[in-house]
Amino acid sequence: MAAVLVSTTVNGDAVEYSCAPRESLLDVLRNRLGLTGSKEGCGTGDCGACSVIVDGRLVCACLMLGAEMDGRTVETVEGLADGATLHPLQTKFLEHAALQCGVCTPGFLMASKALLARNANPTEEEIRFALAGNLCRCTGYDKIVRAVSAAAAELAHPAKSGTGKKTGGKKAAGGKATGKKKG
Amino acid sequence: MRYESPKTTKEAAGLLAKAKGNAFVLAGGTDLLVRLKSEVIDPDLIVDIKRIPAMQGVTKTAAGFRIGAATSCAELGENAALKKAWPGVVEAATIIGSDQVQGRCTVVGNLCNASPAADSVPAMVAAGAKAVIVGPKGRRTVGVEKVVAGPGKTTLKKGEVIEAILLGKGGAKTGDAYLRFIPRTEMDIAVVSAGICLTLGPRGIIKEAKVALGAVGPTVEIVSAATKVLVGSTLDEATLEQLAVVCSAACRPIDDKRGTIEFRTEVAGVLARRAAKIAYQRAGGK
Ligand SMILES: Cc1cc2nc3c(=O)[nH]c(=O)nc-3n(C[C@H](O)[C@H](O)[C@H](O)COP(=O)(O)OP(=O)(O)OC[C@H]3O[C@@H](n4cnc5c(N)ncnc54)[C@H](O)[C@@H]3O)c2cc1C
Ligand code: FES
Ligand code: FES
Repeated sequence: MAAVLVSTTVNGDAVEYSCAPRESLLDVLRNRLGLTGSKEGCGTGDCGACSVIVDGRLVCACLMLGAEMDGRTVETVEGLADGATLHPLQTKFLEHAALQCGVCTPGFLMASKALLARNANPTEEEIRFALAGNLCRCTGYDKIVRAVSAAAAELAHPAKSGTGKKTGGKKAAGGKATGKKKG
Repeated sequence: MRYESPKTTKEAAGLLAKAKGNAFVLAGGTDLLVRLKSEVIDPDLIVDIKRIPAMQGVTKTAAGFRIGAATSCAELGENAALKKAWPGVVEAATIIGSDQVQGRCTVVGNLCNASPAADSVPAMVAAGAKAVIVGPKGRRTVGVEKVVAGPGKTTLKKGEVIEAILLGKGGAKTGDAYLRFIPRTEMDIAVVSAGICLTLGPRGIIKEAKVALGAVGPTVEIVSAATKVLVGSTLDEATLEQLAVVCSAACRPIDDKRGTIEFRTEVAGVLARRAAKIAYQRAGGK
């Protein structure tokens, strides 16, 4: 089994790795690059917990080979926050309690990011359709949908996000991470 | 297992032809990698076709459209000209799976996976799509219906790879449509499906018609009796009744957890009726 040598860009950084030809991108991210944010829920494209963005498109990392990545660009949940400042999607997921166990969350965040990149102001229906490839066993989805709407609003008007929650915009984000545990 | 990503179709065909053991083409991988993971297949060679320029993107040709075999279904949905000319084909291609699956999957992979429930296949068959096949003996072009031999089986020979799908120009007098029945609203496999393409002559009279049903037999069912019923009509109520009858009669489905024989047979007629109405309107009929 000849190893494949791959040069790629992960969250903006040039990365090189060698992997087995049948290794999935998900296994490469988790086991070789230490990026364990992307989860394996099913390994067959059904749950979306492994969602990442490759060359600008949302994909399931479990349905790509690590070997396919040469010269391509991948964005994972680890690249979402800007240093200690969480992305508005992350902040809104916390504020709206859009997660419980959290296994599905990295996938939902990446799918939501891809959605907002092509549709800055989605309707509830559009959000539900766009997130149909992501499964959550805990939240019942409503809170996730509300969080995505709120993040869209926040991204459109960063200064005065009007979700009724106490918002600190960028500043509060880091501290909030421990603030809410129950959904 | 070896992984290769050739730059030309000829190179890909050469690798496949020379391969010892199991060799597979990798397009989007949304079927292949699931089978690899579940150890249904144990490939010795995987030939990734996504680095072959001739297999990328949708191009307009003198005869119509050429869809490179490595073009994702999401890209088909983003192509305004293709969507305008062949809305049924594009709808069928963009109904597959989730956004994640859409970003990878291809209509050629859908075709070559040879599932009786493959969504894009009835729509492509109805629209008269052709497959450009490249192999050790050169190049040949066949109707897409000729590619599928049965569940999970194609007629492709060793060393053959599909380079592109060809579609005609479409036009103001031609309209196509695709509908499937699934128990959910998305992320499910068709229980029954219908693809229809109609071309109208003067006064809204149907001049040409092709009806293809999915998931009601081992391969797509082309209903020639439906063509006879439709041609010469203006899609009045009696014609629609008759269309449903002949479509149901053409079904040879199986009973499984997704649907009974009785259900599939009945719903095939219902979907054919509804798809015919949409196709007729798209062809400029009223
Ligand atoms: C979560 C999920 C949901 C899905 N939902 C649907 C659905 O709603 N409807 C549906 O129809 N399908 C569905 N599928 C199945 C699958 O996504 C489609 O069949 C898809 O179109 C396959 O395309 P691909 O490019 O990914 O194929 P691949 O997996 O790359 O290939 C499939 C087969 O075709 C062969 N092949 C590919 N390209 C060529 C070529 N150019 N020449 C010769 N052989 C080739 C491969 O060797 C392989 O055997 C789903 C799959 C998943 C994982
Ligand atoms: S782990 Fe990839 S979709 Fe479930
Ligand atoms: S929070 Fe547990 S699966 Fe979504």
